[in-house]
Amino acid sequence: MNVLITEYLRINLDSEQWECRRCGHAHGSARENYKRGLLVYDRDPREIHKPLLDPAKYERTYSPDPTWCRILEYYCASCGTMVEAEYLPPGHPPLHDIELDIDALKAQWKDRKEVVEPTIGPDLALEKALHRRALHKEHGHAH
Amino acid sequence: MNVLTKDEDRALREKFLADNMLFLGPDPEIMRNHSLAPRTAAEDDILGRGVDKHQTHHIRGLINAALSEAFTMVNQMGAAPGAKWGDLVTGIYTNSGDLAMIAPHGIIAFAACCFYPIKFIIKYWVNDASVGVRDGDGFIHNDARYGGVHNTDQSMMMPLFWKGELICWLSSTIHEGENGACEPGGMPAAAESKYDEGIKMSPFKVVENFQLKRDLVTFLQNSVRDPKLQLEDMKVKLHAVMRLRERILAILEQYGRDALIGTLRSHLEDVEVEMRRRIAELPDGTTRVLQFMDSSLRESAMQKVACAITVKGERMTLDFRGSAPQFLNRCVNTNVASFKAALCTGLLQNIWPDLPHTMAVLSPIEILTDRNSIMDAEGEMPQSMSLMPMFKACVVWTIPMNKLNYSVPHRYSAVIASQYDQAATFVYGGLTQHGDVTGNFCSDINGMGQGARSHADGEHSVSPVFGFMADSGEHEINEEDTPIIRLGAQRLAKDRIGWGKYRAGMGYEQIATVRGTGLWGFMTGCEGSKFPSAQGLFGGYSCPSYQLMKIKGINIFAELEKNPKVVEVFDIVELMNKQPIQGAQYSSNDMGMTFEICNEGEIYMICQGSGGGYGDVLERDPKLVMKDLAEDLMSHENARDIYKVVYDATTLVVDEAATKALRDRTRRERIKRGKPFDAFCKKWVTKEPPAHIPYYGSWNDRTTIYATSYGRRVAMPADAIQGAFMLNPKDLRIAELEAEISRLKKPPRPAKTTKTPAAKAGVKKKSR
Repeated sequence: MNVLITEYLRINLDSEQWECRRCGHAHGSARENYKRGLLVYDRDPREIHKPLLDPAKYERTYSPDPTWCRILEYYCASCGTMVEAEYLPPGHPPLHDIELDIDALKAQWKDRKEVVEPTIGPDLALEKALHRRALHKEHGHAH
Repeated sequence: MNVLTKDEDRALREKFLADNMLFLGPDPEIMRNHSLAPRTAAEDDILGRGVDKHQTHHIRGLINAALSEAFTMVNQMGAAPGAKWGDLVTGIYTNSGDLAMIAPHGIIAFAACCFYPIKFIIKYWVNDASVGVRDGDGFIHNDARYGGVHNTDQSMMMPLFWKGELICWLSSTIHEGENGACEPGGMPAAAESKYDEGIKMSPFKVVENFQLKRDLVTFLQNSVRDPKLQLEDMKVKLHAVMRLRERILAILEQYGRDALIGTLRSHLEDVEVEMRRRIAELPDGTTRVLQFMDSSLRESAMQKVACAITVKGERMTLDFRGSAPQFLNRCVNTNVASFKAALCTGLLQNIWPDLPHTMAVLSPIEILTDRNSIMDAEGEMPQSMSLMPMFKACVVWTIPMNKLNYSVPHRYSAVIASQYDQAATFVYGGLTQHGDVTGNFCSDINGMGQGARSHADGEHSVSPVFGFMADSGEHEINEEDTPIIRLGAQRLAKDRIGWGKYRAGMGYEQIATVRGTGLWGFMTGCEGSKFPSAQGLFGGYSCPSYQLMKIKGINIFAELEKNPKVVEVFDIVELMNKQPIQGAQYSSNDMGMTFEICNEGEIYMICQGSGGGYGDVLERDPKLVMKDLAEDLMSHENARDIYKVVYDATTLVVDEAATKALRDRTRRERIKRGKPFDAFCKKWVTKEPPAHIPYYGSWNDRTTIYATSYGRRVAMPADAIQGAFMLNPKDLRIAELEAEISRLKKPPRPAKTTKTPAAKAGVKKKSR
């Protein structure tokens, strides 16, 4: 049985492996950091958040400062899907961001039915914001 | 002679100390406890007998309606911009002071903070003969050290008596703004000590017999820059709370004491039970997130916020240890009680918005911090811009909770990346065109972009990070009251987007100037100019960094009179790149700015920001990319370089085969350039933070905290944090310039006696 953990990761409870949800590639033991099975690239943030102001005129251009901020891009080694984009100061140890108790997970899913596609929950925060705007409009404000 | 027993002796000493306490400061016993108080005897008796669930539900509805009515009164009558656009709340508390319910549209954190001062009043004033708590009394408070988001917010708290018994407490809170601090507007970025923060009201009685005490009101008016607003909003809050009291009394008359007490307590306990049930549904384990704040609002300073969420069964722990230390003389600290109120807000805004809005959601969660860290600062620390760590607390759940929540078969709410989390608005102060002194902030703070969702793009400028119901306001109303003129407003900030399979909701540009005032200035309190603030989720990118732009040394009104077409369009990027106004000084600056004079017609420009993106950019539907182009949200360069879409730029028709081929090639390129994680880490990870970054917080071991204090890097144990002292940036600049002058003044080196080739050749120097 597979348990969906993120948009791109699942845990195969039978093999106890992290797997890619796009291509099925096994990244490594679910008891270890999944990042160990991925490829990493140190991206200059200016390539993603491009300077909008002329760098010849200004030092600050809406781009992050590449001496303060780097983007670590994590790719599936098999299909190249980008699993994570981690923003860190240069040299900072990457975060072990998901560390699950696999035995407890197995016990938890013993009686659960496998979920193949995640359900989509209601966007309640947005609903509340829109409701508030509607009320505001009722009070005579135009927007 | 009577000899006291040991116990009697201790009791006597404790009574003596309690009776002779020299200063009733914030009480750690109150401020460090966010859990529900134990049941009172009455609550235990009522709940022990069992409550009628249908009646409880009905009474809850009546209380909600009453809170909502009082909220609307404040919203409609309040004078502060915060009141007009939704930065307010009304709440009801048990007689122990636990927050039971808030108005459905209210700001959660305000009420979540209010139970601290109410508990203070219960503990210290009820039995104090010089104060006392009686029917018709009202208490005011603003100092966050006694509970509160920050000192701009003022509360009116009233006990509700029925048949001589204190049944519950009621409150109303508004973000008032002005509070007499060292800079106008109530949130001084320049505050270097708590004594720069303006008036600091511990909870005290300001209403007797339902009347404001005019002597105290006058004292408060005399302490702030906007005495009219101070009076008006005190009246508004008092009368809203009095109306709320009438409605609750009506409930008591109809259903009786036990029904109301039982409803309030069971509401809290039910929420706590539901929280434990939801926690138990999550997988056991730990998920983590790091947030980085890059400014103290006076200088660049990289502050780490580390959060680990651990679940085991129905227990949850939030561990913030290893985060940045407090600043001794910068105001971006917060106390832990305020920080928890922001956590409560974030949980209810971003994770489980369907839960009742009460502090009970946080009650079963253990929260760990390092004492004297930036989110658990000691009381003497300045904290007037506590918004900085508190806004981080609002969104800190987003990434790690989605990593815990994603596997759960039932979803209570959508999976959403982080919302933009900066107070990107102009704080202002000065003389209005009507000759009044004022200070406050613009309601653009409420226009933060939503994070992208797992099923759709984020909504633009949806709400503030601290409340989904507040509105970004109407500038026409602001222009009637203040000399601020909007040259550009609510124009979405093109290309400033958190990219992803689904893109984030965007923020908008704010271009402001002033007219018709003798004295006016602005302040901004944001970070994220070097290191982006809103994080993406599952491969989505963060928002970009944002800066503050200025066009100084000109008067735009005079320029427009000379040439009405001098500026084609008030668009920040165009204005800054084309520099159409001759003789102006254009500058791009960090988003944190202490109060600065804006002369008539000078231009200040900032953006509300984008949230974080969701998922891999290569999975974005090309049709959505074309839609963004058609709506002018994005440039062609980004459509091609970020999303890798091949299309006809004129017709926006996508070449699907070519796009697939390009994206496949891009994936192959990723595989080619990516390094295996362990090998990458060997080269990437450094032992300590880079020397060129003034870094605050742990690095690879949460028990060692780094800081730059008195201009030098220090490392200290996490359980003995000293706090960082920052040098004055102007002193540093002066020292830098003096060194330069000294270098320039140095006498030139004496010429060597050896002849130059020209001299040797007998060439004479030309006279000038």
